[in-house]
Amino acid sequence: MAADLFYFLVFPGLLFVGITGGFLSWFDRKVTARVQFRKGPPVLQPFYDFFKLLLVKETILPKHGSPVTFLLAPVFSVFGATMAGVFILLPLFNITTGFRGDLIVVFYLLTIPSFSYIIGALASGNPLAAVGGSREVKLILSYELTFLLVITGIIMKCGQQFEIDSIIKVQQASSPFIGSVSGVLLFVVAIFCIQAKLALVPFDMPEAETEITEGIFIEYSGTAYAFIKLTKYIMLFILPSLIVAVLLGGFRLDGINILWSMLKVLGIVLLLTLIRNTNPRIRIKQAVRFFIIWMNLIAVIALVLITFGY
Amino acid sequence: MGFKSYCFKKSLWVFHFGGASCNNCDIEILDCLTPRHDLERFGILLVGSIRHADVLLVNGSINHHDRERLIEIYNQAPKPILVVAIGACGCTGGLFAESITFAGPVDKVIPVDAYIPGCPPKPEAIIAGIVKLVNK
Repeated sequence: MAADLFYFLVFPGLLFVGITGGFLSWFDRKVTARVQFRKGPPVLQPFYDFFKLLLVKETILPKHGSPVTFLLAPVFSVFGATMAGVFILLPLFNITTGFRGDLIVVFYLLTIPSFSYIIGALASGNPLAAVGGSREVKLILSYELTFLLVITGIIMKCGQQFEIDSIIKVQQASSPFIGSVSGVLLFVVAIFCIQAKLALVPFDMPEAETEITEGIFIEYSGTAYAFIKLTKYIMLFILPSLIVAVLLGGFRLDGINILWSMLKVLGIVLLLTLIRNTNPRIRIKQAVRFFIIWMNLIAVIALVLITFGY
Repeated sequence: MGFKSYCFKKSLWVFHFGGASCNNCDIEILDCLTPRHDLERFGILLVGSIRHADVLLVNGSINHHDRERLIEIYNQAPKPILVVAIGACGCTGGLFAESITFAGPVDKVIPVDAYIPGCPPKPEAIIAGIVKLVNK
């Protein structure tokens, strides 16, 4: 019990993923700034933002709407993201082996933040938040099937094993899954799914700043918005970690390999940031078509290649 | 300086309210955020919703229509909020001070923490004003 609480709250839970995600968020903003020939924020900027929102600012409740649901939604999103992070990172850091079928549980836990955002947005009673919420629903409907196909491909590649731990062991025994044709295809699809899950720029229509002024988060202020920021930091760390675990061979924690493991996560975040900085926002209809037709097609091709052993 | 106020000063998020402006101040404000002057190195970000804002930038002359909206926006902002009046119109009324549609400079409508005069103020002047506001 005490060990479980330690896992959830300190390492690899809330504290660890929050701090690491904060630094990754700084990395994202710094790379964005360098791409635009700016100088960029200082290293501790995400933490200043978080503590300012948490401690200084006032939290305003919506007048027309449900204040309890509005305030509980960010708490649930932090909980879902942290829980998913714990289940991904425990096998990844080789602390425990997880349990049977934890990849499926992680898949469901990763949708909790998005659903909490939708519930919170609809509880705020703001019309722009409702528009953002409906776009987020459409985005979830389009990318979840694709993400499930990616996970199916990974499960097929490692011989019908549902545990993240055994998937990492299979890769470390032979070679990472990305070393094959189907692995590369799955990696491309997974990167776009993560981009949509994090709501980064080509797929940021739920929170389009210039169009519907932050959309789903428009009514959030103060502590509640701090929790949403924390969820965003955590998601920016655990989704690349999941990709590292299931496609890039996981972490090795001996000697120089620690650096190599960190570079894998940083490389994926860099890729996401570069996609975000070189693309315009697309319409929700285009996003749905992109995932339902093209990404599903690539994923199915990858599945066919896996059955033939490529 | 306490931890709370330090965090607040290191992370000012800006909401931009344009009154009946001639758009010169808007252009200069955007200049501050673009690569040459880059206010993000001080943690200053432009946000889309007033609920996330720490600083309310007001420019342009405030006429009777703007007045109600400015008060509404100010009441919607989470406290503490700093208000900065930018440009001659925002500070004093400038060219429009004698006009019949003019409803007073910004400090007659809501409390103002910093004035940045100029028509339009240079980006350097805006940065100097923000530095003085942060160190106040």
